[in-house]
Amino acid sequence: MNFETVIGIEVHVELKTKSKIFSPSANEFGAEPNSNVNPIDLGYPGTLPVLNEEAVNYGMKAAMALNCEIATHTKFDRKNYFYPDNPKAYQISQFDQPIGENGWIEIEVGGRKKRIGINRVHLEEDAGKLTHGGDGYSLVDFNRQGAPLIEIVSEADMRSPEEAYAYLEKLKNIIQFTGVSDVKMEEGSLRCDANISLRPRGQEKFGTKAELKNLNSFAHVQKGLEFEEKRQAEVLLSGEAVQHETRRFDEKTGETILMRVKEDAEDYRYFPEPDLVPLYIDDAWKERVRASIPELPDERRKRYVEELGLPEYDAGVLTSTKEMSDFFEATIKDGIDAKQASNWLMGDISGYMNKHQKELSELAITPESLGKMIQLIQDGTISSKIAKRVFAELVEKGGAPEQIVEEKGWAQISDEGQLTEIITKVLDENEQSVNDYKEGNKRALGHLVGQVMKATRGQANPPMVNKILVQEINKR
Amino acid sequence: MTFKKHSIKEIEKMLHNNEITVKDLVESSLNRIKEVDDQVKAFITVDEENALKKAEQLDQQTNKDAKLFGIPGAIKDNIVTKGLRTTCGSQFLSNFTDPLYDATVVDKLHEAEAVTVGKLNMDEFAMGSTTENSSYQTTHNPWNLDHVPGGSSGGSAAAVAAGEVLFTLGTDTGGSIRQPAAFCGVVGMKPTYGRVSRFGAVAFASSLDQVGPITRTVEDNARILEVISGRDKMDMTSAHEDVPAFSEGLTGDIKGLKIAVPKEYLSEAVDPEVKEAVMNALKLYESLGATWEEVSLPHSKYAAAVYYIISSGEASANLARFDGVRYGVRSEKAKNMLDMFRLSRSEGFGDEVKKRMFLGAYALSSGNYEAYYKKAQQVRTLIKQDFDHVFANYDVIVGPTTPTPAFKIGEKNFDPMVVYARDVTTVPINLAGVPAISVPCGFSKDGLPFGLQIIGKHFAEQTVYRVAHAFEQATDFHKTLPQLGGAQ
Repeated sequence: MNFETVIGIEVHVELKTKSKIFSPSANEFGAEPNSNVNPIDLGYPGTLPVLNEEAVNYGMKAAMALNCEIATHTKFDRKNYFYPDNPKAYQISQFDQPIGENGWIEIEVGGRKKRIGINRVHLEEDAGKLTHGGDGYSLVDFNRQGAPLIEIVSEADMRSPEEAYAYLEKLKNIIQFTGVSDVKMEEGSLRCDANISLRPRGQEKFGTKAELKNLNSFAHVQKGLEFEEKRQAEVLLSGEAVQHETRRFDEKTGETILMRVKEDAEDYRYFPEPDLVPLYIDDAWKERVRASIPELPDERRKRYVEELGLPEYDAGVLTSTKEMSDFFEATIKDGIDAKQASNWLMGDISGYMNKHQKELSELAITPESLGKMIQLIQDGTISSKIAKRVFAELVEKGGAPEQIVEEKGWAQISDEGQLTEIITKVLDENEQSVNDYKEGNKRALGHLVGQVMKATRGQANPPMVNKILVQEINKR
Repeated sequence: MTFKKHSIKEIEKMLHNNEITVKDLVESSLNRIKEVDDQVKAFITVDEENALKKAEQLDQQTNKDAKLFGIPGAIKDNIVTKGLRTTCGSQFLSNFTDPLYDATVVDKLHEAEAVTVGKLNMDEFAMGSTTENSSYQTTHNPWNLDHVPGGSSGGSAAAVAAGEVLFTLGTDTGGSIRQPAAFCGVVGMKPTYGRVSRFGAVAFASSLDQVGPITRTVEDNARILEVISGRDKMDMTSAHEDVPAFSEGLTGDIKGLKIAVPKEYLSEAVDPEVKEAVMNALKLYESLGATWEEVSLPHSKYAAAVYYIISSGEASANLARFDGVRYGVRSEKAKNMLDMFRLSRSEGFGDEVKKRMFLGAYALSSGNYEAYYKKAQQVRTLIKQDFDHVFANYDVIVGPTTPTPAFKIGEKNFDPMVVYARDVTTVPINLAGVPAISVPCGFSKDGLPFGLQIIGKHFAEQTVYRVAHAFEQATDFHKTLPQLGGAQ
């Protein structure tokens, strides 16, 4: 039987507001355990939540960037469950009036573009973090309790693990451009769960889904889904039914492992949060937030092609992260050639980053210094060959390219008198080659150019060398 | 000295004239507590050391202008106090010696330089109307120690009635300030929802709870409310409303006042003596130039059902945080996480609290939500509209605070008609969010006090106080004191 795969994804994104969503505690990653907590975060009796407007604005901004309709009337609800990292024993979330609904993003897989629907985007608070000790006790760190989150629920529109991967990359890319989150999976500011089911091709009704957890990278999402696709197909082909269950991805084996079978939906007894007032988001508020959305990756990519004349491929690579794109923009700011800048970023800089496993921000080179270097190549101060040496300095140690060129004496020799003198000497020492050339052996010229370069340690201006060599040979 | 016969205003004058010191006042309060509290049992915690320290400190001060300078008061034990144990009347919090912060109302009392001498008994987590649900002690009515003081703020009302302090704070979710005030013959105000910050008042039912003052006189009460009211940025449900000087509007002039008397508040279940006291009050108002008419609040009959669903639903979530993880008592028997939750809560909570949480969780569970919680919210809107309709034509609503005087300790009358009649006069007020006061309006033949309830429009506390004050000034009920612990 031929099956169609159906995938939906839930993503939690932590918003990088200054303070938490319902308390004035600082919202930061990596602080000493329980140092960013106050009685509100600890769920002390008598405390009340106070909504942080910045969190609403950030959530709205993300929802707008995902093409969602923004609610005019929205509110918060309590989601009740007991867990030691959940200090009030309810999470303040949004149940039936999310801040954003009915959005979409566009992905591209195998050259085919496709829209993936966003069912909803809602605001909620994060929980604390448990560390399980070996002594039977667990420790709780409440720093993360109350960090603002948005949950982004996709429609079940993806039909392959590859599309799921592309969806996550694109989603991360867009959110990153809005600036509302760091979207770093390794720091937990982006987390995702994936739902997958299979159905016979042509069938409308969805099959029974499995929910995948413990997905620590997008690659794991894809791998886990690929495994699950096969597993479910085998179950179905053997004539059995797929169970509604939660499964954990195992990094070591690349397999998914059963965590629990879901018989009944858990009852969270949602009800409107009486400690917060309903929100009325009028058009003026929405427009204020909309105006704060920066240029998003798709728009940038389009502009790079249409206005800067870059190839589609370059534009795609450059806008794949905000960091890269911002670096590129800063490099070409003062009229530096866009294609040159793109070549360096996609070539030597990306190569260096891959080789050393470093982020762009960790490199010593700056957009200003890259721009200056490109300028030095273009005005003939250095050759492209020398530029590789300058780049090696810049990427490791930083500094100003013109100063490096000066200090190292790497400037190109473009002085006609000086070059003529060197060339005359080279010709005197290579009479055989001169004769060969005169007899029609054009290759002899290459040898002579090489000798000139050797004499100038590669710094002679190549077109000038060619020109003067021919002139001088002809005089003989 | 004893301050029981004096108002805050008179004491302020005595302090300014150096006739007495703050220490005299605070010692007199502490002495009175020592003298009578083993009978009344109003206090769970007496903070003698800090009260005296604060008194000495205030006596060093030359500036005595703060609004409650040196006035001894006490606080219901569900309002948190930094460094001072806050139990909510529950064994669960018997070890909760430091809530880490002061409630906004406590901050405001301290800013006004009042001296808080301790924490007052209450029904566990404010669930009850007698203090018999306290897991520490039952408070006794100072007018007759065999009777309950009412509840849940029974300790707060009894402490004022017994002359232990000049004022107390209570909380009122469905009558918990007004009913004990009526039973103890003192003045108790439930302000408009949003008038007073709830930050630091341990939540029972968030959409109904309000903190309010209990005092001997209306003027004292108005002064306390002036101090504790106002928008608080820590409470999003606190209102952006100016706070008028309530105590300065007590002119005694109520000429032309239009009073509405809901027939639902004077049903068959109301004790004839209480009814007579209310009718006498209305006659008195007429003599002062007011008029009254009977009106109807037709949805009152649903108020008790709506109240129990909404308050229990909210409570089931509000009290879930008592899980034994961060504070309170953790069961010694717990061997794993789920047992820690289950056993700590089973051992820490009393029956009434458990009952309400079951009820609330049931009303909120999926499949029941629409039929119970949501429906209750819809009927709540109708109850509010009842009040809006009456207030379109009348200034205040007047009736009995409670249908009977205080019952006997242990009586536990479950006659549904009586229970219903008790709730019908207090609960709709919380559902509508309007302010209401209880002032003493008479005594039963057995010498137990009754309360007259005056209900106002949203944020019209000033009118409510003026109307209550006019009645108080024309009667002597507030001058009669319980005979307790000998001379006063």
